[in-house]
Amino acid sequence: MIWLLSGIVLTSFAGVPGLFCNRESLRGERLACILTLTGAVCGLIAVALVLNSGGETYLDLPWSIPGGTLALRLDPLAAVFMLPLFLVVATGSVYGLRYWPQRENPGNGRKLRLFYGLISGAIMLVLTARNGMLFLMAWEVMALSGFFLITTEENKEEARRAGYIYLIATHTGTLALFALFAMLDHTSGSLIFPGAGTLPAAGSGLMFLLGLFGFGMKAGLMPLHIWLPGAHAAAPSHASALLSGVMIKTGIYGLVRFTSFFAEIPAWWGWTLLLLGAISGILGVALAIAQHDIKRLLAYHSVENIGIIALGFGLALLGRSYEQPALMILGLSGCLLHVVNHGLFKSLLFLSAGSVIHAVGTREIDQLGGVLKRQPWTGALFLGAAVAISGLPPFNGFISEWLIYLGALQPLKHPTSALGLAVLTAPALALIGALALACFVKVFGIVFLGEARSKAAVQAHEAPLSMLVPMALLLVACAWIGLLPTTLVPLLRGAVENWAGIDGGTMLGGSFAPLGWVSLIGWLLLALLAAVGLWLSRISRKVPRAIGTWGCGFQFSAPRMQYTASSFADFLVRLFHFGLWSERHGGKVTGLLPGVTRFSSHTPDTVLDRVLFPIFLGAAWLCRLLRACIHNGVIAFYLLYIALTVIVLLALFIL
Amino acid sequence: MIIRLILHLALLLLFAPMLNGIIIKTKALFGGRIGAPLLQSYYDLARLWRKGFVFSRTTTWVFLAGPVVGLTVPLLASLLIPFGALPAPISFEGDLILFVYLFALSRFFTVASALDTGSSFEGMGAAREVTFSCLAEPTLLFVLLVLARLSDGLSLDTLLGSHLLTAWHSDAGASLGLILVCLFLVLLVENSRIPFDDPNTHLELTMIHEVMVLDHSGPALGMILYGAALKMMVMGALLVRLAFPWQTGWWLSDALMFLAGLAGLAVLIGVVESIMARLRLPRVPQVLVGTMLLSIFALVLVLR
Repeated sequence: MIWLLSGIVLTSFAGVPGLFCNRESLRGERLACILTLTGAVCGLIAVALVLNSGGETYLDLPWSIPGGTLALRLDPLAAVFMLPLFLVVATGSVYGLRYWPQRENPGNGRKLRLFYGLISGAIMLVLTARNGMLFLMAWEVMALSGFFLITTEENKEEARRAGYIYLIATHTGTLALFALFAMLDHTSGSLIFPGAGTLPAAGSGLMFLLGLFGFGMKAGLMPLHIWLPGAHAAAPSHASALLSGVMIKTGIYGLVRFTSFFAEIPAWWGWTLLLLGAISGILGVALAIAQHDIKRLLAYHSVENIGIIALGFGLALLGRSYEQPALMILGLSGCLLHVVNHGLFKSLLFLSAGSVIHAVGTREIDQLGGVLKRQPWTGALFLGAAVAISGLPPFNGFISEWLIYLGALQPLKHPTSALGLAVLTAPALALIGALALACFVKVFGIVFLGEARSKAAVQAHEAPLSMLVPMALLLVACAWIGLLPTTLVPLLRGAVENWAGIDGGTMLGGSFAPLGWVSLIGWLLLALLAAVGLWLSRISRKVPRAIGTWGCGFQFSAPRMQYTASSFADFLVRLFHFGLWSERHGGKVTGLLPGVTRFSSHTPDTVLDRVLFPIFLGAAWLCRLLRACIHNGVIAFYLLYIALTVIVLLALFIL
Repeated sequence: MIIRLILHLALLLLFAPMLNGIIIKTKALFGGRIGAPLLQSYYDLARLWRKGFVFSRTTTWVFLAGPVVGLTVPLLASLLIPFGALPAPISFEGDLILFVYLFALSRFFTVASALDTGSSFEGMGAAREVTFSCLAEPTLLFVLLVLARLSDGLSLDTLLGSHLLTAWHSDAGASLGLILVCLFLVLLVENSRIPFDDPNTHLELTMIHEVMVLDHSGPALGMILYGAALKMMVMGALLVRLAFPWQTGWWLSDALMFLAGLAGLAVLIGVVESIMARLRLPRVPQVLVGTMLLSIFALVLVLR
């Protein structure tokens, strides 16, 4: 426990010493980095000790705040969420040394590091807190630090706007959580979290809806994802990596932890999550395809991946409701493994995209191109992460999606009444996977391949080693899970037992057995690719690259004639027009000899820009109208209001 | 085990290019011509093997990754699928998902390699390829779901086991017929055949798969062609086993029956290509969505 506590304290206050340093001095940022790394290592030791002993570690101290003791507990379920956190925080803080150096950003560098440390510590506390009050406190610290990370560049209009939307969204969610914990307190009699499977299911429907709203808002499930695209785009890249890779997972953690309290799970919980997961997955990736801004695009992919995670979790809940252990185990382990995987490859994507943005100075995909020649290592790392997030073997994304697929195929074996519908998860996942592939091949192809589309992209330079090494570490972790998935089975099994409140290792044994085969095929694939690739590169090494690409007879091809991100996505965007409502301007060719024509397309967020903004604008207009009527500046009316109030009060008094 | 692996790979590597020869021959006969010899695909591969490379100055190493993955993936995927009555060398619960995703990996690198040239034509082909496969992939999953429902396992080997013969005669026969049609359409779209794509057209604007490999040359192009032939045979194996679920018990006659089934499939593709024109591009998604609906209907029939 002492390791965990020191980890939390060290990371939380990593940015504090820097506040007392000179604005331009390097000491503060180096100290912050060292403190964060030490904190991560301490936390890692704590998790390793817990996993090694096979049990859990806890702390129970008396506390003057009503509702229970100060309870912290680290079990395998929390450990699953902790592991990517340590890696992402550690790699991000090293990466930040060169990505956001104090010398270049004297105005906001210290603030960024302060809140970067604070949010990491707060997330650790959220994951281990076992007292509702403590949980909510840590939750708020996390939410507010997130706000300051998003508004690091507060001088920019875009960052402020994203920050305010985030603040409104997160506090609406927290409000639901307050209600949820009040009801939990009422049901179980204390704010201490009850053990797994101890609460009766009766009357839990409202609690589930509150939890789904509060935690779903943080996680970014589809209709509640409104804050996510803007926030991840505005924050500095390593902060986006932390927000997208780790912070939004606390929402999933909350849902998983909260549902574990109940002895019986009503079937509609699982169906709701399956439905929301499918919507998030498909529309999230469709919106991602339509984006032009690389960080906004990655943010929409977080929505998609949260959808995949929700699909897995929905299957697990259905497994509990219909008492099918195989479905529960596969669904939950797929869900949890995808939490880890998404943390790893999404951070890697944000960091490598940040490295490109740092070098070129723009987030517009259509301004980039040919970056692989200037940044070979960054490009290779991005490619690895892109393959991983598309769920392709031999990387980690495939393993978790494969587990969820296997879960989705389980109902076929037991054709019971309603559960049969759950098999539709599999084709939904296939559609999500194919769209994610389309999107990432687009990003990689347009940003890194072809010819540079702007002058800035020509002058890009490779990132320094202190940015490349953290990224390489994340890729190694991705490959590790992809090629040696069996090493994670004990952890997942422990987490599933935690959640379901069972401890029968024998019952869970068989479900993971084919992972060995998957790993074998992965190695085989890698070996064959390496052999054929080396041979081909050897025989083609001496060939000069001296001529231009075949332009179908046209001699004067220029970089701006290449396919762009928008043109690549256009076919798919039009297919998904029913959910995206993209705006297209211009592009009409008139006359026999057309002159200059302009064309632009833009895809605003379906929920935020199409639904919520019009509603809120309408409400504001209505309120203004009402105020103009009531508050009209004529004294006679005000006297009338006073007289009416007095009459009403008198009437009430008499009654 | 080893002998089975060698037989499996030998069948695949030796006979895959023949399918294309049969298709070309069928089309020639339909057109009243004698046509190229059946072994023409082998000659083409041998010719490309001896040629040198030509690279555009825009390209990087990703350009060569396309052919490498395109050749390796069908080879690995073939190990998961039974060839007729000959069982798959590697088989485990859930290998059908790996099978689908391996081909997705090959698509990723083929498209990346097309975008590496910076040519707008290849970008066009790449965009079409990913769009159509987005619509074809769920159909393939629905087909596999129907098969999984009818068997008692989740590996391709059990999915395509001997129980299919009895299934054809039971209530599920209608579903199997439907998914056979769906699978045939998926095969056509995944292997870029008419009516979805025309490998022989002379306009880069109208091509899909061929335009993506326009800039490849020499052995790399050979690898792509050979990889495409392997892919057609591996995906064809799925269809052939579904349509001809008989087995004799002797490996040689089983292998011969499998090859005869594949030849029949190639003739069928040749006939379709001879009597149909290529669909207009906006029609292709409509046909694919229609196929998906058909496969959903087949699933509903077996789930009820």
